[in-house]
Amino acid sequence: MYAYDEIDRTLINERVSEFRDQVKRRLAGELTEDEFKMLRLMNGVYLQLHAYMFRVAIPYGTLSSPQLRKMAHVARRYDRGYGHFTTRQNIQFNWIKLADLPDALEDLASVGIHAMQTSGNCTRNVTTDQWAGVAPGEVEDPRIWAELLRQYSTMHPEFSFLPRKFKIAITASAHDRAAIKVHDIGLRIHKNEAGETGFEVLVGGGLGRTPFIGKVIKPFVHGRDILSYVESILRVYNQYGRRDNIYKARIKILVHELGIEKFAAEVEDEWLATRESSLTLDNEVVEDIRSRFSYPHYQKLSDTPDELAAASADPHFARWLKNSVAPHQRTGYAIVTLSLKPVGGPPGDATADQMDAVADLADKYSFGEIRVGHEQNLALPSVARRDLPALWRQLDKLGLATPNVNLVTDIIACPGLDYCSLANTRSIPIAQELTRRFANNDLAELIGRLHINISGCINACGHHHVGHIGILGVEKNGEEFFQITIGGRADEHAVVGTLIGPAVPFAEVADVIEDIVEAYLALRARPDELFVQTVERLGVEPFKERVYATR
Amino acid sequence: MTSPLQQKIKITGPSVVTANRTWDGVVIYRDAHKGWTTDLAEAAIVRTADDARALLAESTADDVGAIGPYIAPVAVNDNGTVEPGNLREQIRRKGVTIDLPASA
Repeated sequence: MYAYDEIDRTLINERVSEFRDQVKRRLAGELTEDEFKMLRLMNGVYLQLHAYMFRVAIPYGTLSSPQLRKMAHVARRYDRGYGHFTTRQNIQFNWIKLADLPDALEDLASVGIHAMQTSGNCTRNVTTDQWAGVAPGEVEDPRIWAELLRQYSTMHPEFSFLPRKFKIAITASAHDRAAIKVHDIGLRIHKNEAGETGFEVLVGGGLGRTPFIGKVIKPFVHGRDILSYVESILRVYNQYGRRDNIYKARIKILVHELGIEKFAAEVEDEWLATRESSLTLDNEVVEDIRSRFSYPHYQKLSDTPDELAAASADPHFARWLKNSVAPHQRTGYAIVTLSLKPVGGPPGDATADQMDAVADLADKYSFGEIRVGHEQNLALPSVARRDLPALWRQLDKLGLATPNVNLVTDIIACPGLDYCSLANTRSIPIAQELTRRFANNDLAELIGRLHINISGCINACGHHHVGHIGILGVEKNGEEFFQITIGGRADEHAVVGTLIGPAVPFAEVADVIEDIVEAYLALRARPDELFVQTVERLGVEPFKERVYATR
Repeated sequence: MTSPLQQKIKITGPSVVTANRTWDGVVIYRDAHKGWTTDLAEAAIVRTADDARALLAESTADDVGAIGPYIAPVAVNDNGTVEPGNLREQIRRKGVTIDLPASA
């Protein structure tokens, strides 16, 4: 966990006071909506279909148990008793009243939580691997750098009004769990031959209306130079990014139109002129940030405790162990993913009671720490393997032990037309129906790793472009239709999926997905050939044929 | 922002003006008495572009009470009851189409 200093606490508390005054003036009619809109957005407050929506940042996906309890409190006191974890390590409350927002913000501020950088054309909440600091093989903890970038970018005067929003993600593992290739800037931490920490820098990735996979702009930027290099990218984007057309305003369009070579040359010119500046990070600064992160005091434990062997005789536990528990850096410990994808449930939602209970379990079993991943699940990052059976029993009672992590029912979905003012179609009911269709755990395991991503409109908050199966809602003559893509992926081999054919109506989506999955099971070369590998090998035609032959 | 009086407004059938209430975001409809109601049955219904423009203009003038007023289609049944004219407005009126997560 990172401990905020006095500057951070003052900043957050001042923001609460400012917003309280702004809300007061708005409700008194002293501010028009046009004047107020930007102010509320800077505090994560959107207007959705039925109510205001309050988006709260979870920087680099790390929460302490008191922070999660405070979110439960906000859900219970100011909202309708639940929250929605998003694809960018935020939580959203869907029913909050404007008049209550300053109090909610103040309550969150008491535990160092805020809503800065969750909206507006600024650098958004910097995201990273939810397994940061515990993933085996990780180069180093990427949260150190995420925190540096957070401090650098928060309320940055030059970059608070960029042409459009700007998203940065960092990974330090070979397997990318942070989807860095579909971010405006993606940073992959690695070491050079001298053993020094640096970054492979990607730029121009993004989803939405025009999806692009990020391109490598520089293979190695030394850690000391990362802020100046990021600033050079931001400055070039701020200067040349389009402000005349919202659909062409993201950096991905600029990179695409200029070409990566010319864009890189512009950034290099800027960087060479400015890199020797106060942004150069000396070791002392990095180590100071590092020292503010506290790490668990691990014990020397066995990877194969008796408790685990005994419990594994229970097939339900064994299945959960196989699908929801991952290896840890430390012997005797494990990373546990808490599925927020129960059969028939809205993906990513957690009740206040569940949040409180998870906070208690984190205290008991995981050094008081909880993680939030972009796949809309939670994780307890450091659980002693001997405690896994006891933890599983309690998670099961809470509905948080669905053994479907990375399987077909571990669906990413945006809120869709049930909540969102931008959506064309609903997403959640599609996800719910699919979880019912594939509720059989044996079938889900037979299918293997398969990511279904659903977006209710082209803005792609459900990351449909990079789902192994992507489902995009479109409106046709007042009816909900869905385009299906296959073969996308969001990891280190990120690629945009391919459309298989004409959109299908709401009522047929689950049937179509079943057809695609059945086709895969018949076509795969061997049981461990993943769905995306089969699509890569055969292309979309066999799937297209299967889906449309009888439609 | 373009004034509603300057906007090209085209309606294809009976319509209402809807918005969200400023202090809590609740869905509201403009009524025939220059006020707002949460009940669609009490909304003022317009059938021509000129009437729609005028209703939108008076609604927009109430910046304190409502956010983002716009014209939305409705269906008026034979018995006079009023229904939202599309799925989006149905959801705004009736709420989400799913069960909300409930605490144990």
